Amino acid sequence: MATKYLIFLGCAIPYRVSAYEISARKVLQKLGVELVEMPEFNCCGLPLDPVSHEMMLILAARNLALAEQKGLNILTLCTGCAGTLKKVSKMLKEDKVLREEINHHLKESGLEFKGTTEAKHLMQVLIEDVGIEKIKDSIVKPLTMLKVAEHNGCHILRPKEFIGFDDPEDPKTLKTLIEATGAKCLDYIDETECCGAPSVGVSDKVALQLARDKLNHIKMVDAQALITICPFCHIMYDTNELRIERMFNETYGIPVLHYPQLLGLAMGMSPEELAFSELRVDTSKIIKQVMEGAS
Amino acid sequence: MTEKTKNPIKSSEMDPKFKYEISKMHGGEKLLRCFQCGTCTSDCPVARFSETYRPRQIIRMAQLGLKERLLKSDTLWLCASCFTCTDRCPQGVEVASVIRVLRNLAAEKGIVPQVFKDQASSILESGYAYRIPELRVKKRESLGLPPLPKSNPESIRKSLARVKFLKVIEKQGE
Repeated sequence: MATKYLIFLGCAIPYRVSAYEISARKVLQKLGVELVEMPEFNCCGLPLDPVSHEMMLILAARNLALAEQKGLNILTLCTGCAGTLKKVSKMLKEDKVLREEINHHLKESGLEFKGTTEAKHLMQVLIEDVGIEKIKDSIVKPLTMLKVAEHNGCHILRPKEFIGFDDPEDPKTLKTLIEATGAKCLDYIDETECCGAPSVGVSDKVALQLARDKLNHIKMVDAQALITICPFCHIMYDTNELRIERMFNETYGIPVLHYPQLLGLAMGMSPEELAFSELRVDTSKIIKQVMEGAS
Repeated sequence: MTEKTKNPIKSSEMDPKFKYEISKMHGGEKLLRCFQCGTCTSDCPVARFSETYRPRQIIRMAQLGLKERLLKSDTLWLCASCFTCTDRCPQGVEVASVIRVLRNLAAEKGIVPQVFKDQASSILESGYAYRIPELRVKKRESLGLPPLPKSNPESIRKSLARVKFLKVIEKQGE
């Protein structure tokens, strides 16, 4: 089974989202996925696509070329990194002229993109390589007492032509993974809509309104928590939840968990082990429920 | 965009070749396919909360060749690149990519929001888009995490040596 990956952290996770990394490493280890640290790292390139498509392509191709040298596929936790690496890999494989152009840049630092490696997001590795049965078998404390909502992250869904891994209009993977823990995953309005993160820095107000809209829809179905699989989406909902509440005079109090934190709880790990203390929105209510529900 | 009847379009503003310039760029190839149905704007989450951001209007302005108005517009930078417009466009225009092409053209003219300049210089210095505080790097150990992957900024700068955009911001920094 191909369960050895280079782990690609991206920039947002080491900058401010450690709970995601801590919990992901813990559950992957338990599921027998071996992680090798990225030999050299640079940003996937996505943040600079708006100003220089050329720079984005080179940065992404560099990472792919470095992984090729190691002979390993990449696992990313961030949907932005996953989407970018997948997209660029496909573009360069299919477009010989573009590939030669980018390789011309990479040659300056002794690298070459050949197209022999694949980049996968955490949830893709869980569903395709580990498999839902193995995940279900690892559950010791089914979270049947929880009703949660999911948020996928745009770049692991769209553009479909490049990602093609789940249905962007009605994605199923994250729901399936959530339900494997025993928790119920609720449907809500505009579930596949953007969290707004890429507009932060250009217009915080517009960005936060997007996040607020989603939180309103999630509140409407009485979800006890929101589950994310991307550091940027997590920042929008967890780090910014209080700010949104103040700015728009709303009350949510919806805890925002990284998926591996939810899975880890169901695997019997403690909230401490899974770095719940790093989360901004208070999680004590759902933790109490999980603990009591199990006794 | 913000311009309404107060600021009528003059035919002298239109660059008839602009649409071909865009069509030659990676991602802009399908600009001419747009027949203005408005699916992009009606499905755009940003358009819902912005008074000015309308992807259909941007595409029409690009087709008309209103280059100056477009490239100088703040509105261009509001796209959250969620790719909903790209996926739902019945004509396969790749709306988000056309908008990205326009932003790239604005950037080549030196119009770049500060956030992108900061991220570009951080990547050149450290490989990471954000400057990760030393405290964070040290904290990894106490959290039981492996050391932060080392980057190779010198090698990155070599790969990026001929990137046009970097020359633009270098020039601005002088």
